[in-house]
Amino acid sequence: MTTAETYGAPAIWLIILALGVGTFFLRYSFLGLIGDRPLPEWALRYLRYTAVAVLPGLVAPLVLWPDATGGQPDPARLAAAAATVGVGLATRNTLAAIIGGLATLYGVLWLLG
Amino acid sequence: MTHATPQHTGPTGPETTTAFWRGVRQGLPFVLVIAPFGLLFGVAGNEAGFDLLEVMGFSVLVIAGASQFTAVQLMNDHASTVMVILASLAVNLRMAMYSASLAPHVGPAPAWQRALVAYSMVDQVFALADSDYRLAPKQSLRAKLAYYTGACVPIVPLWYGSTLAGALLGKAIPPAFALDFAVPVTFLAMIAPLLRSIPHLVAAAVSVIMALVLAFLPAGTGLIVAAVLAMAAGAQTELWLARRRAQQ
Repeated sequence: MTTAETYGAPAIWLIILALGVGTFFLRYSFLGLIGDRPLPEWALRYLRYTAVAVLPGLVAPLVLWPDATGGQPDPARLAAAAATVGVGLATRNTLAAIIGGLATLYGVLWLLG
Repeated sequence: MTHATPQHTGPTGPETTTAFWRGVRQGLPFVLVIAPFGLLFGVAGNEAGFDLLEVMGFSVLVIAGASQFTAVQLMNDHASTVMVILASLAVNLRMAMYSASLAPHVGPAPAWQRALVAYSMVDQVFALADSDYRLAPKQSLRAKLAYYTGACVPIVPLWYGSTLAGALLGKAIPPAFALDFAVPVTFLAMIAPLLRSIPHLVAAAVSVIMALVLAFLPAGTGLIVAAVLAMAAGAQTELWLARRRAQQ
């Protein structure tokens, strides 16, 4: 039995709609509530670090414990992650970082055959 | 007034056009990451047995890759419907912070425009807009919205299209392509250019360490706690460095 059969269409659509509505309101929250009122300085100081506070934590377990290898650390993926960050820091260019990361990933996967 | 600036030219002023195309240009590199990301989600949805409408329902109505993957992963693990919804929404809590971050810039726009900004607030578009508004905070509201629209052009339709392609191609893509790792590479490539000061580095380090330490918590929860601690660490480091400079 597939995952979809286990849940059935009504439950699947309940999940999709709940996620859709919930996600929209998370995104709309401050835009809708605050409008054009300026935020205080301390709030802005916190918000400067939003992206660097969330994204590294989101990505760290994916790098160290990838699902594709059953949660085992994998040399190709670790090397690709290091290359992505290295190129990104050196060039400050997202595209260059992606190319560097994917090239390393495929290179090491190919080398390790 | 002799000091009129081009910032306040009308709806189709050159500043607006320039901002729109700057958004398109800076959004274009993400084609290389959105395409595999969406493709991968289509494949994952197809493998879980969802029909085309359901897979597209995720990408069009939720339009948040990480939480969509979380939902499919938890459903494959037979989590309860309520837990699937809660954990996947928790992954998206960061978007409330994005919303707060963009509010000072696009807050004055009419509600329907803010609703469209909210709908299309994916990680990449947020990262681009946040960076552009910080580099040029004096842009007019129209220019800021034009930039946002431009950034969405290469990213949002491609998210739908690549999901569709993935769902249709299904299992035809061999695992040797290691598409799973396109997701972490995307995130890392977005993070590295952000690490431009000591407080940013401190915040990133706290985020990584706490997310790993708290990984045992239910999906998404550890990340939220880690993010709040990391934001506080970044803000406090900034304050501390500023005070130390002031004393010298």
